[in-house]
Amino acid sequence: MNRLLRLLFWILIGRPLVLVVLGLNVRNLKGLPRQGPAIVVANHNSHLDTFVLMSLFPLRLLHRLRPVAAADYFLRNRAIAWFTLNIVNMIPIERVRAGKRAADPLQDCAKALAAGEILLVYPEGTRGETEALAKFKGGVARLKEQYPDVPVVPVYMQGLSRALPKGEYTLVPVVVDVFVGEPVVWSGNRQAFTQALQDSVTTLAAAAPSRTWR
Amino acid sequence: MTAFDISINAAIALLGVFALLILASGVAFGLGKRHPDRDYTELRQRIRTWWVIVILFALAIALPPIFAICLLGFVSFLAFKEYITLIPTRRADHRVLFWAYLTIPAQYYWAADGWYGMFIIFIPVYAFLLLPARMVLIGETEGFIRAAGTLHWGLMTTVFSLSHMAYLLALPASGNPAAGGDGLLLYLLLLTQLNDVAQYVWGKTFGRHKVVPKVSPKKTVEGLAGGILTTALVGFLAGPYLTPLTPIEAVIAGLLIGCAGFIGDISVSAVKRDLGIKDSGNILPGHGGILDRVDSLTFTAPLFFHFVYYLHY
Repeated sequence: MNRLLRLLFWILIGRPLVLVVLGLNVRNLKGLPRQGPAIVVANHNSHLDTFVLMSLFPLRLLHRLRPVAAADYFLRNRAIAWFTLNIVNMIPIERVRAGKRAADPLQDCAKALAAGEILLVYPEGTRGETEALAKFKGGVARLKEQYPDVPVVPVYMQGLSRALPKGEYTLVPVVVDVFVGEPVVWSGNRQAFTQALQDSVTTLAAAAPSRTWR
Repeated sequence: MTAFDISINAAIALLGVFALLILASGVAFGLGKRHPDRDYTELRQRIRTWWVIVILFALAIALPPIFAICLLGFVSFLAFKEYITLIPTRRADHRVLFWAYLTIPAQYYWAADGWYGMFIIFIPVYAFLLLPARMVLIGETEGFIRAAGTLHWGLMTTVFSLSHMAYLLALPASGNPAAGGDGLLLYLLLLTQLNDVAQYVWGKTFGRHKVVPKVSPKKTVEGLAGGILTTALVGFLAGPYLTPLTPIEAVIAGLLIGCAGFIGDISVSAVKRDLGIKDSGNILPGHGGILDRVDSLTFTAPLFFHFVYYLHY
């Protein structure tokens, strides 16, 4: 039942919103993983980021896409929790570890990878105020260490901070530029990998067209 | 034929457009056969996109006017969206941009309703005053003139100008016994797009002297003159079948569309140069963005509309 609702939502609302109301201009779409397990990391400015990322994959992969998002934010009331868990198929993650003895917050992510699913992760940990990239957190590196064969693909999205910025409720249609990068390879340790990931997204961002007056 | 709502002349004109497309596809195929070493991908993409545009448009025209008006409103939406995407906007103006988008359904509603007074002042007066009012109430003064000016320029070209195509369909049928509103719209579109192609072909063949090298280095005096004369000739030939224009008026309409189309084309080129980009988007394979396709129409649509409106309505 949930699978059907999810499929209907993305066909009737999610994808038309992204493809018609917004519009996409994707560079290197072929760089995206065509099967799981895989991790896609992206910059985060807007709630619509997840809508855009999920629209980049063919519908046959819809049920394998697992956006990773903050439990404290998305589970704050029942309606939003139902929507994000069932329609978006999100993996909730605790941003603040409850205590030493609490379960590993990445446990569900690891399980999803083991089941061949595709994780969509925002390593900044939150939607930034501007298009500036915040410092990446280390979760993806921990997963990569655990699953060295899982490709980690960087993505940079531009335009969504104009379409629906943090704190706004009105949607302004804007064509979104999406840049898909090459998989980031494991570099020996977690810190270096996190840095390499951040650098790859920064490089993609530098290729994005400038939206300022010359 | 009761489900369809189109005059015989307009239907014949549409068939003529399809014949042109078949010819173009044939030429592209022949070129590919004759020069297998050359790459005609862009030409082929361009023609394929034309097929999609013409089929969509022919369907919309053949159905009651509301379908074509909705389609044209959607074209305005896509063009305005491309424009907003390209220009720098201020973070503070988020809600102003939202209101600006809402002028599109309103403007096309006035057109569908045939409420001429509102149609003709809504964007030049009300949107012109109210959007900056919303802006100034937000209180950000830095970049105010630039933001208000660029927003209004976008609305005037992509919404107000283009919506004149929709109003052609709402004009009383008695004004154009030959082919009604459909005929006028077809005449405008046919001449404007043909003018683009003719200027390109004349320029490619005989082009020597540049017209506006700083804006568009490929445009030549020979292309411009050849294109305008071709458009005037086709305007003269098609005039009696699609419009209420007299032969002299039809020639003038052709010249008007030829000149205005050129200016519209290079105006969008100037916008793109100002912003440092090549194409306005990628929605139309082989053409670029919607703005790249409707650039000439932003000038020809209102000028042709008022030319006919003044003389015959």
